[in-house]
Amino acid sequence: MQARPAHIRNPVKIRGAEKEQAAVLTPETEIELAEMLSAASAPLRVQGGGTRPIGRPVVGEVLSMADMRGIELYEPGALTIVVKAGTPLADVEAALAAENQRLPFEPMDHRSLMGTDGVPTIGGVVAANVSGPRRIQAGACRDSLIGVRFVDGRGRIMKNGGRVMKNVTGYDLVKLMAGSYGTLGVLSELSFKVLPGVAATACVLLRGLDDETAVAAMAAALGSPFEVSGAAHTPNGLDGDPVTMLRVEGFEASVAYRAGRLQALLAPFGQAEIETGLAADGGVSGTDTGWKWVRDVDGFKGKDGDVWRISVKPTDAPELVAKLDARDVLYDWGGGLVWALVPGGTDLRAKLADFAGHATLIRASEDTRARLPVFHPEAAPIAALSAELRKQFDPKGILNPGLMGGEV
Amino acid sequence: MEMPTPDPAILAKKSAVVARLMSVLPKDAVIHEEAGTRAYECDALTAYKCPPMVAVLPSTTEEVVAVLKICNEMGVPVVPRGSGTSLAGGALPTADSVILGVARLNDVLETDYQNRIIRVQSGRTNLSVTGAVEEDGFFYAPDPSSQLACAIAGNIAMNSGGAHCLKYGVTTNNLLGVTLVTMDGQVMEIGGAHLDAAGYDLLGLVCGSEGQLGVVTEATLRILPKPEGARPVLIGFDDNETAGACVADIIKAGVLPVAIEFMDRLCIETTEKFANAGYPDCNALLIVEVEGSEAEIDEQLGVILQIARRYDPVELRESKSAEESAKIWLGRKSAFGAVGQINDYMCLDGTIPVSSLPYVLRRIGEMSKEFGLEVGNVFHAGDGNMHPLILFDANKPGDLEICEAFGAEILKLCVEVGGCLTGEHGVGIEKRDLMTTQFTPEDLELQMQVKDVFDPAWLLNPAKVFPLEASASRRTLAA
Ligand SMILES: Cc1cc2nc3c(=O)[nH]c(=O)nc-3n(C[C@H](O)[C@H](O)[C@H](O)COP(=O)(O)OP(=O)(O)OC[C@H]3O[C@@H](n4cnc5c(N)ncnc54)[C@H](O)[C@@H]3O)c2cc1C
Repeated sequence: MQARPAHIRNPVKIRGAEKEQAAVLTPETEIELAEMLSAASAPLRVQGGGTRPIGRPVVGEVLSMADMRGIELYEPGALTIVVKAGTPLADVEAALAAENQRLPFEPMDHRSLMGTDGVPTIGGVVAANVSGPRRIQAGACRDSLIGVRFVDGRGRIMKNGGRVMKNVTGYDLVKLMAGSYGTLGVLSELSFKVLPGVAATACVLLRGLDDETAVAAMAAALGSPFEVSGAAHTPNGLDGDPVTMLRVEGFEASVAYRAGRLQALLAPFGQAEIETGLAADGGVSGTDTGWKWVRDVDGFKGKDGDVWRISVKPTDAPELVAKLDARDVLYDWGGGLVWALVPGGTDLRAKLADFAGHATLIRASEDTRARLPVFHPEAAPIAALSAELRKQFDPKGILNPGLMGGEV
Repeated sequence: MEMPTPDPAILAKKSAVVARLMSVLPKDAVIHEEAGTRAYECDALTAYKCPPMVAVLPSTTEEVVAVLKICNEMGVPVVPRGSGTSLAGGALPTADSVILGVARLNDVLETDYQNRIIRVQSGRTNLSVTGAVEEDGFFYAPDPSSQLACAIAGNIAMNSGGAHCLKYGVTTNNLLGVTLVTMDGQVMEIGGAHLDAAGYDLLGLVCGSEGQLGVVTEATLRILPKPEGARPVLIGFDDNETAGACVADIIKAGVLPVAIEFMDRLCIETTEKFANAGYPDCNALLIVEVEGSEAEIDEQLGVILQIARRYDPVELRESKSAEESAKIWLGRKSAFGAVGQINDYMCLDGTIPVSSLPYVLRRIGEMSKEFGLEVGNVFHAGDGNMHPLILFDANKPGDLEICEAFGAEILKLCVEVGGCLTGEHGVGIEKRDLMTTQFTPEDLELQMQVKDVFDPAWLLNPAKVFPLEASASRRTLAA
C-alpha cells in the first residue's frame, strides 16, 4: 500500500470559522513536528483532542498532536510517569489506575460544558493547566508537571525539567509552558509526579447555606488539620437547594475519623451529613459522582449562556457573585474558583469592575470571544513581558497567534 | 570556578555610583568602604570570595526601584542578596557589582487565616514566617535546614525545598504572588491571594530564577493548618540497596509520609560520635515521618513497619513520645554539623530517580576510591534528592580541586541516570559550567532568551546559572 505523506491525514470536523480547513498536520514524531514548525510560515491551530476550544478564535491550519501518543516510561515506585503529548488522558489514567495510582490534580473533562466531542489528550490538559477540585490540596496541573519537551516556533526541540521530583536546574520553563495554550511551543512529551490511589472517601455535606456562610464554612474546614481535598458550594444543587460539599480522602479509618471531626467542627453551620465511598467496593460511589459533577461543572449542562471562570480570594467571592446577576454559579476551591453562567455576550468584567483576581471567558460564541478578551487583560508591564516572551518563543507568530490575546 | 574580570570602566565610576545611591537611600544603607563591603564577599559557598564595589540595604520597594534605576542607567551589575546562605554561590558578588540586600525588608504585611495566606516582605527569614502564624495553628511548609537564617527572597530565587516537601511541595508550590522590580525599575504585581495565573505563569518562571529576572520585594505565601501530630520511625538496614527498595515500596503502598530521610554508614557513625542519638550500628538508615491524629499515625506507621519487616531490618524503632521523636531526628538534624566537625566537606545536591538509588550509591562508593576522598550520604530519599558530602582538607593544596572534580563526576552521574544537577540549592556559580551536561545549547539559548526579556542588558546577577562562555556575548552588551 502506498503510504500517504506522514503529515497529511483525514480532515477533522471543526466548527465555526475554520470550517473550510482540509489538510491537517499530524506529526508522529518530535522530529517530524520540528520539521513542520521550522518550515511553517503561516498560523497554525495547535490541537490535542480539540475538546477544549478555549481562547480567542484562531484562523489557521490545524496541527493535531493526536498521533503522537504513548507512555514512554512509568515507574510506580518512583511515582513518575512520562507520556507523549497526544496520549489520550483516559489511557494515562488507566495505566495509573492499574497500579493504584492517579494524577494528583483531578483534571476536568470539558466536553459536556463546551459541547465538544473527541478524545481529551494529556497535552491539552497541560496546555490549559486543567485542574479539578483537588487543586486546593494537591496543587494544579503545573504543580504535578515535572518535565516537558516541546518544539518552539522556530522548530527547535527543547527540554526543561525532567523526570525527577525535585529539580531547580535552570529556569523553570515547565511552569511557563503549563497554561500557555500552545502559544509558546507545541508540547511533545510530559512528565508528571503522581500519587497513590485513594482507598476511601467521605463527603461532608451542609445544606441550605447562603453563599457567604458557605464560604465561611469551607474556610473553617480548610483551616482545620483534617486535610480537606475538595471544598465546593452550589446555590442550586440537584434538588434545587444550596449544598456545600467537603471531601476527605485516605485510609478508611482515618477518613471516618476526619469526617467526624469536620462534622463536629462545622456544627455552628448546621447539622452536616456524611456520605462515604470505598474504592474496594468497585463501582463509582455517590461521593465520586458528586465530585465529578463539581469537576466538570455539570450543573451548567444543557443551560444556555456564556460560561466564565473567575479566580479570586475565596472570601471576596460571594460579594463579586452578587454583582453578576448570573443564571447559575458554582464555587469550587473553597470559593477561590467561581464558575458563572451568564446571558450570551455579557461583559462580565465590566460588572465585576476592579477586583483582585482574574476572569476567563471559557464558553461563548466565536463573536463574543473575538470581541471580549478571553483571558483577563494584564497590567501594561506584564502584558509587555508576555508579548516579548511570545516573540522569543515564536518569532514567526505561527503558534495559535492571538489565542491568549496580544497582536496577531 | 572562574568569575568574569571586573570592568575597569565601572570601577572607575565608583564614587559617582556611590553618590547617586546616597541621594536615594539613607546614609547607613549604602556601604562602600572596604571594611563594610567585606561582610558581603561570599555566601555559604565560602571557597569563593570577592567584596562587591558597594552594598545597599533598601527598606522599601520604592528604594529598590530607585537603586535599580540608577544601576541600570549607569550600567552597573546588581547582585540581589537575601541572607547569604546559598550553597551555590548565587549571592557571590563581583568586584564591579552592587549587592542589593533585602535584609531590612522584613515586615509581615498581612495574615489572613480565612484565606490561608500571609504577605511578607522578602527579607523576612523563613522560620519567622512560621513564627508569625504558629500560635494560631498555622505554618509555612517549605523548611530548608537553613530556615533560621535564610530569607524568603532567597527561597524564592532558589525554589528551595526542605525535609517536609515530599508531602507539601517546595517553594514554588507554596508561593501565590510576588512584587517584582525589574532592572529598569518597573514594579510588577504577579499573582496574589488567588490561585493560578491570569495569563502566562510568570510566577512559576520567577521562582527559581536565581535573582536574574528581577528583585522580589514582597511575597504572598500559602500557609497551612498544623497537623494534629507527627511521629517518625527509624529503620536500620544491612545495605543501601535494601533501604532503597524499602523506600520504593513505602511510596507505592499509598502512605504519603511527610519525610523519608536516608543516612549511610559514614554519616551514622559520625553523627553518633557527635550527637549521641543512639543510632544503631548499621550500613543504612531511614527515618520516615507521618502526620495526623494518634490513631492515624498508628495506622500509617503500621503499614510502613509491615513493609519494612519484609526487608529484614537490623533495627526498627517506632517513636512513642515527643522525646523519642526528637531523639530519632537528632542525628539527622546534626548530620551536616557533625561531618563539619571532623572535616571540610562539600555538599552536593543532585536528584536521581528513586529507582536508581542503589546503583548511584554503589557508583559513588567506587568513585570515592578512585578519587581518594571519602563521601557520606544523607538525603531526602522519598524524592531522590541526594546530598553526598565529599570530605576534603582545605589546607591541603590541590584537595579542593580534586573534590570539585569528584563532585562534578557525581552530578554527571545524576544526569546520566535521568536526574538533574541540582534539586534545591540552585546552579549559581557552582554548577554553572556543568549545565551543558544536562541541557543542549538550544535549551540554554532559550533560557537566556527569557533573561533577555526581563533584563535586556544582562545586569542582574549576570555571571550565574549559564556557562560563562555561553553568556559572554550577552554580558558584554552593557559595557
Ligand atoms: C546549613 C545550610 C543548610 C541548607 N539547607 C537547605 C535545605 O534544606 N534546602 C534548600 O533548598 N536549601 C538549603 N540551603 C541553601 C540556602 O539556604 C537556600 O538556597 C536559601 O533559599 C538561600 O536563601 P538566602 O536568603 O540566604 O539567599 P542568598 O544566599 O542571599 O541568595 C540566594 C539567591 O537568591 C537571589 N536573591 C536573593 N534575594 C533576592 C531578591 N530579593 N530578589 C531576587 N533574587 C534574590 C540571590 O541573588 C542568589 O542568587 C542550606 C544552606 C545552608 C548553609
